[in-house]
Formats: sequence, C-alpha cells, structure tokens
Amino acid sequence: MVLDPEAAKAEIIKFCESKSGSKSKFYFNDFTKLFPDEKTRDVKKILTKLVQEEKMVFWSSGSTTMYGLAGAGKQAASEGES
Amino acid sequence: MAKHKTPLLDQLESGPWPSFVSDIKQEAASRAKNEKGIEYQIAADCPDDLLGVLEMSYTDGETHWKHGGIVGVFGYGGGVIGRYCDQPQMFPGVAHFHTVRVAQPMGMWYSSKFLNSIMDIWELRGSGLTNMHGATGDIVLLGTSTPQLEEIFWELTHNLENDLGGSGSNLRTPASCMGMSRCEYACYDAQELCYNLTQEYQDELHRPAFPYKFKFKFDGCPNGCVAAIARSDLGFLGTFKGPIKINQEVVAAYVGGEIAPNAGAHAGRDWGKFDIQKEVVDLCPSNCLTYEGGKLTMDHKECVRCMHCINTMPQALKIGDDRGVSIFCGAKAPILDGPQMGSLLVPFMEVNKDDDYQSIKDLIEGIWDWWMEEGKNRERIGETMKRLGFAALADAAGIAADPRHVQEPRHNPYIFWKAEDVEGGWDRDLAAFRKRHQR
Repeated sequence: MVLDPEAAKAEIIKFCESKSGSKSKFYFNDFTKLFPDEKTRDVKKILTKLVQEEKMVFWSSGSTTMYGLAGAGKQAASEGES
Repeated sequence: MAKHKTPLLDQLESGPWPSFVSDIKQEAASRAKNEKGIEYQIAADCPDDLLGVLEMSYTDGETHWKHGGIVGVFGYGGGVIGRYCDQPQMFPGVAHFHTVRVAQPMGMWYSSKFLNSIMDIWELRGSGLTNMHGATGDIVLLGTSTPQLEEIFWELTHNLENDLGGSGSNLRTPASCMGMSRCEYACYDAQELCYNLTQEYQDELHRPAFPYKFKFKFDGCPNGCVAAIARSDLGFLGTFKGPIKINQEVVAAYVGGEIAPNAGAHAGRDWGKFDIQKEVVDLCPSNCLTYEGGKLTMDHKECVRCMHCINTMPQALKIGDDRGVSIFCGAKAPILDGPQMGSLLVPFMEVNKDDDYQSIKDLIEGIWDWWMEEGKNRERIGETMKRLGFAALADAAGIAADPRHVQEPRHNPYIFWKAEDVEGGWDRDLAAFRKRHQR
C-alpha cells in the first residue's frame, strides 16, 4: 500500500489533536502505529512534509527528539524569549 | 572586576590541571575589553553570568539549567539543543543559552582559516565559548539565543560550507580517525567511508526517525583511535587477514638500538635497552610470536591483531595485505541499561568503493529497518539487541551465524529451531499422526 500523502497528513494532525488534552509531544513510534502496514521511512517523509509546511515542529531534549503540533505546548516566548 | 563572586569556582583554578573556569574568565575579560570592536549579538557579559549560575549550582548542589525545547533551524530536527536558565532575572546573559553542534571535519583536520572563521561567527553571534570536541566528535558551540540560530546556520553553510551535526534521535555526526590521510596502519579509507555515509544519510542526520540516538564511528585499524568498538552503535574497525609482514633486518635494527621502539614515544625517561622478548614477544596476547637466533617468527593463524608488536616496532612490522573491516553493533554508555561494548556482527567485509559501498549500506539499512520496527522509545540498538537476542539482529542484518559471533561457551542449554531450519518445517499431517498415535 502506498500512502496517500494528504490523507496521511490529515490522520496525523487528527491524532495529535485528539491527544491535545494530555500530550503536546509525540514519539516517532506513535505515528508509525497509525500506519502499521507502511514502511517507517514513508511515515517519516510525511512528517517531514508537515514540518516543512510549518504544521508540526520538532522538539528536542538533546538526546531524544519528538514531534508536536506547531504552537502546542511550551513555546520559546513563554521562556521570555520572543 | 567580576560581575559575580565565585569562590568555589576560583578554588577549582588552584588545581594542577588547565581550568575551564580560567578559560571562561578569559573570555569574559576579552568581551569586556572588546578590542576588535565586535557588535555582540547576545549579551556581552554572558560568560560572567555563566560563571554566576555555575557558582550557584555548586552552592545549591543542583542544576539551574532547563534542557530541551523546539528551538532549532527550519526543517532540521537536530543540531541545536535548547537550554534555558531557571533564574533568568539573576543571570540575564544566559537566560537563553542554546547549544549548537557543528560537524567536525573528518579526522579533525582543520585549517587555521576555518578555525578563525568559525570563531568570527561565534564571537559575534554566540558566547565565544566552545567545547572542542563533544563525545560524538562535534564542534560544540556553547550558548546563543534563538534569533541567532538561523543566522549562524546560514553563515556556516554558505561561508564555511559546513553543516550542523546530529542531536536527539538522529544519526549523530559520524566520526572517523585520521585514517589513510596520515596513518600507515589504516586497513581501509576510513575518512572516505565516513564522508560517503554522511552524505548518503543526510536525512537521518537532520530529520530524526529513530527510537533514540544512533552513532557511526570509523577506525582505520584495530588501534581504534576513535574508539568505535566502545562508543558507537555501529562501529567499523579496519582489520586484515593473512600474516603481518616482518622485515628481519629492521627487527635487528630495533634490537640493536638503532631505531627507537614505539616510534620514539615514552622517551621521557630511560627505560633501558630495548628487550624484544620482554616488550614484544612476552606481551603477545595469543603467544604467536617467537624470537630465536635473531629472527622474529609468527604463527599468524593465532594472531588476534591486537597491534602491539606493530605499534612497538612500526618500521619492522606491517599490517597484512588482505584488508577490510570488522563491524560491531550495540556499544553504548551507561544510560538505561549499563555500558556495553559493541558485539561483533560482521567478522570481515571488504570495503569496496567501486560499488559505492553498497554491501555496507545494505547492512546498515537492514539494521535500521529492524530497530525502527522493534525498538522501544529511548532504546539504543544495543538494548534492542539484548532484549530480542543477537540472532534477531543478525537476521535483520542478513548475516549468517558464524562461530566468531560466540562470545563465550554456551551457558543456555536450550536450542530453539526455526521452521525453516528443519526439513519439512513444522507442518505435519494430523490424520497420519492419529493413525500412528491413538488419543
């Protein structure tokens, strides 16, 4: 099965929004579970597109990287940096 | 006059070693003077505030940094590590003090022009403080603010033709030893392979999709100058088959004292006359060397390529001619599950530039696909390997079982066959079985 990019993007956004009450950041594995029949690299390409479209952002602790919806969770401005 | 009193840090400077406190003070003084007239883009006194927050951490016995964040350059998931001070009013100069990782040149060959250029960027747009180098090998630029990140990135890529390194769940900046650029022990071109894979896997380096970090390191020979066997998830160690080449005349020159052993190293004191029996033959871990009648002989089948004899008499002994690489998987530091050395996955593989290292790339991608599928969040591949067994990793990599994979005699008496290992598999005719065996 080849991923339909637009449908996959919508599913990812919908998933993040459905969890927005409890979580603002997600591991990569959270998204691969949404598409169990797809290669992980194809899922990654969809996430990369969402980052390029500024709908999602990377969050990094330095050792681990997660994904989040743009604007969700703690932002740089809330650290007094704008 | 220092901005903050730092008695605990001052005490550190009194020790016998070069002190990072002195270095930070030096930068603080240099920025205060600003002899070059730099228009500092972040607080000029940030090194002073860095000393202040560090002193407070020593006093309190706890950190005052908060790590992590969404800071970075557009489209990259790594290379920048957000850092914020939890007492920004007391230390405004380091309220936002993000770390930037920059890819180091292969083998850390620098030109003074490059070093000057990178410092020009960093004095202007950052704290001027660096860590050369981080554990993975990157140039680490310590402390800047978010608005400077894209500027730094643009100048690094356009003016210096360099790039950010890896951080987070990325492929980390690959590192190689000096390899063939300097060292005659190199069994393959470590720098070339390192560069080729760095280019091939740019996406993995900058846009993470792994369960956790992943490191490549490339050692040209078993001396392991970048410690690939201990510090990388997939380590490439140069090795050779066939005999070490011995030049008996040069051996005699070492024995006669004409050539200094160890290439003249350890020359700070008089160790006495070179004793080939004591310093080479008796130290061979597999007892494969003999020195009799002025001749050094070697039972090369027993050689474990520890490199000791070659290191001691480099002009007399040369590595064998059939050269390649051994590949180790799963080394890591003690974060979750204790430290691990790499496990030998591929005993010997030719390093073939002609096909663009395809056999190595196939191996890497097989391993990644397996780890991305099976690895838990924040689990290094060495931990996945331990949890699911080495055989699962070898299967994923497409490597047939080999006696050299055995680390120690078996202590588990059970053998679990797979269906494909057994003639006819597990399928059986139940009706025929019931004819032979009544209920």
